[in-house]
Amino acid sequence: MTATTNPPSALGALTRNNTFMGFLFLLPAAVFLLCFLTYPLGLGVWLGFTDAKIGRDGVFIGLDNYKALASDSVFWMTVYNTVFYTFIASVLKFGLGLWLALILNENLPFKSFFRAIILLPWVVPTVLSALAFWWIYDAQFSILSWSLIKLGIIDTPINFLGDPNNARFSVIAANVWRGIPFVAISLLAGLQTIPQSLHEAASLDGATGLQRFRFITLPMLTPIIAVVMTFSVLFTFTDFQLIYVLTKGGPVNATHLMATLSFQRGIPGGQLGEGAAIAVAMIPFLLASILFSFFGLQRRKWQQGGQD
Amino acid sequence: MTINRRHLLGASAGLVAAAGLNRFGLTPAFAQAAPSYKPEAGAKLRLLRWVPFVPAEEAAWLANTKKFTDATGVEVRVDKESWEDVRPKAAVAANVGSGPDMVMSWFDDPQQYPDKLVDVTELGTYLGGAHGGWYPGLEGYAKRDGKFIALPLCAIGNAIVYRDSHMKAAGFQEFPKDTAGFLELCKALHAKGTPAGFPHGKAVGDGNNYAHWLLWSHGGKMVDESGKVVINSPETLASVKYAQELYKTFIPGTESWQDVNNNRAFLAGQVSLTANGVSVYYAAKKDASMAAIADDMRSTNLPIGPVGQSVELHQTSTLSIFKHTKYPEAAKAYLQFMYQSENMNAWIEGASAYCCQPLKEYAANPVWKSNPIHEAYSKASASLRPNGYAGPLGAASAGVMADYVLVDMYATAVTGQMTPEDAIAQAEKRANRYYNV
Repeated sequence: MTATTNPPSALGALTRNNTFMGFLFLLPAAVFLLCFLTYPLGLGVWLGFTDAKIGRDGVFIGLDNYKALASDSVFWMTVYNTVFYTFIASVLKFGLGLWLALILNENLPFKSFFRAIILLPWVVPTVLSALAFWWIYDAQFSILSWSLIKLGIIDTPINFLGDPNNARFSVIAANVWRGIPFVAISLLAGLQTIPQSLHEAASLDGATGLQRFRFITLPMLTPIIAVVMTFSVLFTFTDFQLIYVLTKGGPVNATHLMATLSFQRGIPGGQLGEGAAIAVAMIPFLLASILFSFFGLQRRKWQQGGQD
Repeated sequence: MTINRRHLLGASAGLVAAAGLNRFGLTPAFAQAAPSYKPEAGAKLRLLRWVPFVPAEEAAWLANTKKFTDATGVEVRVDKESWEDVRPKAAVAANVGSGPDMVMSWFDDPQQYPDKLVDVTELGTYLGGAHGGWYPGLEGYAKRDGKFIALPLCAIGNAIVYRDSHMKAAGFQEFPKDTAGFLELCKALHAKGTPAGFPHGKAVGDGNNYAHWLLWSHGGKMVDESGKVVINSPETLASVKYAQELYKTFIPGTESWQDVNNNRAFLAGQVSLTANGVSVYYAAKKDASMAAIADDMRSTNLPIGPVGQSVELHQTSTLSIFKHTKYPEAAKAYLQFMYQSENMNAWIEGASAYCCQPLKEYAANPVWKSNPIHEAYSKASASLRPNGYAGPLGAASAGVMADYVLVDMYATAVTGQMTPEDAIAQAEKRANRYYNV
């Protein structure tokens, strides 16, 4: 075990040392994480404490950026928007995704065809689908408005992206459309790991479909739900492309998310420090959602269908 | 005209005749008038520019570049980036000290990293003297502390385009020249079901153009000469109230408009009056099915408000050389070459009224007379006022525009989300964050 006692075979001893070899195998991954995750994240946090501008290094200014943000109504509007957007979109994605997964788990004709096609919204590059939604929501040329006008249901085009609340729900709808496949396919994978025998046993005991769902499917699915919804929340919370194409944060910042505001101020606006501070302000929310899912949803009691 | 100008005309004619040999430093006769830059041996240049809006403009630029390469042997690579991406790319290049040697950038970009740019005062002063002088608004973007840190390249003209027949149907034989008459016209157009529309959404170009015109035409300004925020003024209030009245006559949905929406709505016949670059005319002209719209289309400058003169923002582009370039002399020679009368004229002509000249001599370019639509766009450089008027240009002025402070101020007020007073107070607060560092 001691590599130094026998110098000629030091290398051999080293390679037989589990700790050393373990470290060696970990090294590439560690370097990778350090370079591409820890360093940028650390730099971002540091920038948030400076007044760096694009083209000019900043000096440390402590919490000034955060103090300024605290009294910035636009920033608080984006916090509200982001939480609202994430919450509504995630709930919808979960509900609809689970529903879709349950349907796809049944023995439908053309099952694999439907399963493949369901992935489409997720496969299309976000910018492309966002552009399609942009046309769907256009103030003058919306296909939805056009159809409803032709059907005689409304007289004037719906102001999808012009009215603050319409705009919020319009971008949420686009996000949900895009996010459902991920949730549905992942949950479908989870559903297929549930042993059929459990369902059969429950059926023999006279359980109804609803009861089987409540006491077998849901508990068995909870670990998957926890992971899928964590990812889903993270994706939604940090959404950027969709908003940037559809509204750039308008009308009057009603759909500005923290990510888009961070970009707007950091890159085109050149206020790198403040942009970084906004991005850093997202971290507590993201951490909270991760912790919630790992310490909440993954509780063994819940998974076994029990209560606290 | 001045001796200077005749000198130059003679000089350029002579230079063209003599195959480039005496263009760079070998003509003592003109040595004092025209600075001469001798490209470094083996020099190669890279220019970062915005993606052209008019293909012929790019063709003319590249043709001039090729002529330069033929004459000097200096290769120039022209890289294109979408116009919104030029700013971050150029800033990063300036910051890290590598990348393109020159950049064709927007607005106050050079003012954000003046110490990373090559001083081109000699060239700038010479060009101004030789070609009838720079337009003051454009010059403001390129100068800092009395020195040229960039060369003004062009203003992307913004002007009102409207449907002549719709205006006449609304009872107006002539386009009103002042803001009060303009409001009446918009009301009449609205009553006829052929409304106007200006973007109140996050339209980087058109939205800012409109908002700045609203403010400046009423005598408001974001900051005073010392950089103190003075947006909260009776003039601003008057402009917001004017915007509210105007907004009532617009087609619904303008608060969601981005840069292309007004073009789209105009070309589809949904709005009869908006403001845009000349590109909207060419879009109609190119398409046979829109011939009726193209024929009916007229252009004019935005009306004059209480301030009594035509004032507009317009997009502005400048050319600057990064200090990190290994070939500053070659870069200066390139710029000098591009601004020579025949080259600059060819380029302006290629841009077919999209780019308005930086130097007064080129106002005589035939392109401005070639089509009545072009005329309004020829005045862009003259009516141009720098962003962040009347204060200093720099990170603060750029930041305020990029954060849509002014656009948001009008949008919150016209949509009724805030009273005009509150909207102005909020804009004042937001602007102060940038100006009070």
